[in-house]
Amino acid sequence: MNLSESKFIAADRDTVWQALLSADMLKECVPGCTEMAGSPAEGFEATVVQKVGPVKATFKGAVTLSDIVEGQSLMLSGEGKGGAAGFAKGSANVTLSDQDGGTLLSYEVEAKVGGKLAQLGSRIIDGFAKKMADQFFENFRSAVEGPSDEETKEDTAEKKGWFKKIIG
Amino acid sequence: MPKDSGIGASSKRREDIRFLTGTGQYSDDINIHGQAHVYFLRSDVAHGRINKIDTAAASAMPGVVRIFTGADFEGIGGLPCGWQVTDRFGAVMKEPAHPVLAQGKVRHVGDPICAIVADTLEQAKDAAEAIELDIAELPAVVNMKDALKPTSAKVHDDLSDNLCYDWGFVEDNRDAVDQAIKNAAHVTTLELVNNRLVANPMEPRVAVGDYNRANDESTLYTTSQNPHVIRLLMGAFVLGIPEHKLRVVAPDVGGGFGTKIFHYAEEAFCTFAARQLNRAVKWTSSRSEAFMSDAHGRDHVTKIELALDADNNFTAVRTETYANMGAYLSTFAPSVPTWLHGTLMAGTYKTPLIYVNVKAVFTNTVPVDAYRGAGRPEATYQLERVIDKAARELGVDPIALRRQNFITQFPYATPVAVEYDTGDYEATMAKLEEIADLSGFEARRKASEAKGKLRGLGVNCYIEACGIAPSNLVGQLGARAGLYDAATVRVNATGSISVMVGAHSHGQGHETAFPQVVAEMLGIDENMIDIVHGDSSKIPFGMGTYGSRSIAVCGSAMVRATEKIINKAKKIASHLLEASEADIELKGGHFSVKGTDKSCAWGDVTLAAYVPHNYPLEDIEPGLEETAFYDPSNFTYPSGAYACEVEIDPDTGKVTVERFSAADDFGNVINPMIVTGQVHGGIGQGIGQALLENCAYDENGQLLSASYMDYAMPRASDVPFYTVDHSCQTPCTHNPLGVKGCGEAGAIGSPPAVVNAVVDALQSGGFKHVTHIDMPVSPSRVWAAMNG
Repeated sequence: MNLSESKFIAADRDTVWQALLSADMLKECVPGCTEMAGSPAEGFEATVVQKVGPVKATFKGAVTLSDIVEGQSLMLSGEGKGGAAGFAKGSANVTLSDQDGGTLLSYEVEAKVGGKLAQLGSRIIDGFAKKMADQFFENFRSAVEGPSDEETKEDTAEKKGWFKKIIG
Repeated sequence: MPKDSGIGASSKRREDIRFLTGTGQYSDDINIHGQAHVYFLRSDVAHGRINKIDTAAASAMPGVVRIFTGADFEGIGGLPCGWQVTDRFGAVMKEPAHPVLAQGKVRHVGDPICAIVADTLEQAKDAAEAIELDIAELPAVVNMKDALKPTSAKVHDDLSDNLCYDWGFVEDNRDAVDQAIKNAAHVTTLELVNNRLVANPMEPRVAVGDYNRANDESTLYTTSQNPHVIRLLMGAFVLGIPEHKLRVVAPDVGGGFGTKIFHYAEEAFCTFAARQLNRAVKWTSSRSEAFMSDAHGRDHVTKIELALDADNNFTAVRTETYANMGAYLSTFAPSVPTWLHGTLMAGTYKTPLIYVNVKAVFTNTVPVDAYRGAGRPEATYQLERVIDKAARELGVDPIALRRQNFITQFPYATPVAVEYDTGDYEATMAKLEEIADLSGFEARRKASEAKGKLRGLGVNCYIEACGIAPSNLVGQLGARAGLYDAATVRVNATGSISVMVGAHSHGQGHETAFPQVVAEMLGIDENMIDIVHGDSSKIPFGMGTYGSRSIAVCGSAMVRATEKIINKAKKIASHLLEASEADIELKGGHFSVKGTDKSCAWGDVTLAAYVPHNYPLEDIEPGLEETAFYDPSNFTYPSGAYACEVEIDPDTGKVTVERFSAADDFGNVINPMIVTGQVHGGIGQGIGQALLENCAYDENGQLLSASYMDYAMPRASDVPFYTVDHSCQTPCTHNPLGVKGCGEAGAIGSPPAVVNAVVDALQSGGFKHVTHIDMPVSPSRVWAAMNG
């Protein structure tokens, strides 16, 4: 599956760029990430716990940064093996551009699954990958911007939106 | 008046008592003291190079006995293929190695890489997680036509390409067929897909390997339709164990449908490992494993052309089929799209010229092999669909077009190498019109329309070749085995009988039907007779059960052995009755002397055979046991006509089968109730293929439909009450029972009936642009066709 989205981040391009290269930041932002170690040059080792449909697994794998154009764009790729659950691979092509009051982060995501994940969860994998990507970049945005009143407000607004969907 | 015992009686299935009360003895019920369990670590990529397998950490985990990899099988045979097809240029097919555990490369999702043997299954699974695998993923070969392009990745590096064979049949007819199609008044062309299926027997596969060091004997308990075939293939070709040191037992088996014919890696592994470890090793497939390791069925992509003259007589048929072999050649895979498919392309029609081309292709998918009908459903589906399309294009009644082209003279030699001995296609069609109430269809259509539904009627014929098969013929066609069968009739001292049969019953009701035949011949109670099957140590030999062959081939062997018993028993009776052997008659379980009131009972004779105090020892041996091997002289040719009525909800595209009728000619019928049940089951599977089932891969070779959430099996609510008739009987001329076989008919005849009905409903509902929808005819496909 493929999807492209973009997010506005209220921070300057350099701050956003530095955040993208930080192991701590990645750990913070990858949904379900329990461990992350390494460096942009050598790549990161990660452990992620996720549930895809009926399959819950601990994925161990590598996150690598490539195609780095300083301050502008990079490719963030991850590949995780979940043992009996199979594997998941994903990559996000991230591009940064200046925008009034901050930075526009655009991303194109590709995801692929194999083994039991494909066998049992193929119907829901597109939705899952979109959710993972959205969550990652949303986490990233709020981590870069730092906690603020606005965010709390937005958070509530989001929750309302979700809630309204159910009862509406 | 229906009989209450013997041939033609609907005796109740005696085996059902144990099946219905949970006392069946299946392979998974077998537990051997001290057994270890094996878990197979399988590939989760479709195609990849194995760079490294590190089992050090896993081997040290609790309970692990030993971890095997492909390296443990170097120098040991791979899984053999039992049929060699010669292509249309005279060259033999490509036959790649099929290792027990992957060596060098993995070639499909589910390909076994490591076998972890541990004290418990849980320990084996935990250890599997600790194995470090380094597999470099390679581009997957999935689509058959892409696989044949020169740029395609190769499934087997040692082969020149992914083409297994390019088969032409009858090659000498090729030009004549081309010419006939060029000169035809009308040609109807249809391109279609025969969807890939997973058999899904209720009981998943199991293998329990045991080894007795004291006498160097191996035993394999396995879910097989043919334990002797497994003993032969595994003993001779894989592990090098002679027959007298290898026993293969297939106890109660919960459904086979073809997928349990084949010799699988897990069987060889468990037998091998038990010898290596001097300890029994057990494997029970999970349902998820079954989806990616049981041989799949069908998966043909076909273009068929039907040529007609100006009077609508069929003049030629030409087909081009791509048949998926999967990643390796399963045991009988090469025979399915060729000899079991091409030879049936005449159907029930006197088409004079036929040419069938089949390209068998290797892909990074699970191997494909015989599944209920095996080649014959693929032949029937394309032929009966293209005839229906032709009738629409020509504006003629599809039943009348079929009738006009029926074969009416028998024996009939088709242009595709087989000779039908008997049949009466007009009779089954007339019977179908009656039982399906075809004259009432228009009224039912109006009633459906009043409810806002579209209603369609689909009718088709089928023919199949069963009773597989004459050994000398199949030998010429590439079979690497004979296809006779054997039976031993063992009469005990008090007159009860055990019949050891080479056929294997896994749902067919042999334990009931076979004794009916012997009881009829001897005039004794059926309950005095039991059959013994499924154990290579108890049965002389057996080629097993598939291709609707059991009663036609093994039943005939049993008849021959029983005839020998009768001959000997008459000799004994003539001694006891002090009469000439020629005057002895056997009737109702008594031997009598013609024209006198002298007689003795069956039990008197059997007792004399084992307590020969008064016995013609100078002429005959004591005892009463006879064996016969029977090799058929031709296939049998069951045929029939099927009708399906569907309703389509135009808002959703959902198809429901409202009525289904089947008029079959199975020749003589031993147990009508069992035959009806076999037809019911077959139709259910055919409706499953037509409307629901589909095995799907994505472009990377990932198996997407590997659970019942994604692979839709037919349920009770998906099928109607069937109207089934088998009163049209043209007995087979060349076997002693005059039987033809009924196991696969339902699955062969039903898919085209369903799809013909769907197209009829759409056409009559005004959707004239819809001339074909591929199976499974799902609501989304119907809706898309209606709105496309």
